[in-house]
Amino acid sequence: MMQQTVPNTVFERIRGDIGQNDVVLYMKGTAVFPQCGFSAAVVQVLSQLGVKFKDINVLEDNEIRQGIKEFTNWPTIPQLYIKGEFVGGCDIVREMYATGELQQLLESKGVSFNQAA
Amino acid sequence: MSVALHINYILTDALKPVEIQVVDQSHLHAGHAGARPEGETHFQVIIVSSLFAGKSLIERHRMVNDLLFDLLRDRVHALSLKAYAPGEPR
Repeated sequence: MMQQTVPNTVFERIRGDIGQNDVVLYMKGTAVFPQCGFSAAVVQVLSQLGVKFKDINVLEDNEIRQGIKEFTNWPTIPQLYIKGEFVGGCDIVREMYATGELQQLLESKGVSFNQAA
Repeated sequence: MSVALHINYILTDALKPVEIQVVDQSHLHAGHAGARPEGETHFQVIIVSSLFAGKSLIERHRMVNDLLFDLLRDRVHALSLKAYAPGEPR
């Protein structure tokens, strides 16, 4: 088990963000200006699906950058959350999009997206 | 030992893959945040193991992440992973 090295307030902020927003992407850079190819790839998938999401730039907040890795127990950024549930990083999101699994997940969670995509 | 070989050893030992490729893609990310001048920061792993059968994508990634925990924390900036069970479509 990973030892927690960030304050509990960081986990509370993460719980707040993923609880109050249907789709949250922890990423490097912003949706408009991603600063990492892997983050950009996830933004591209969500944009193609027309999914509205909250982008959280971990480069601007070192506590969140470390905290989200511990919260999810996942070592890398980007990290996608849908309705409070961790979906995956870049590889998983791209693969789920290609197979249609991501679209099924959005539908089952009641998140609106462009069905034609 | 190169980092790629190190990754290969760890995963081969634990997951007994029927196929494994570890490719150092650091040159594609030169100058990018997280890249180091000496390289060996970005890797792609393609691995086929019967231990992945019946497991979700997240479970497969977690298996690999857990095995490479120290490397991912200290050495490797990015790991792209394709994990299949034998016979699954690529």
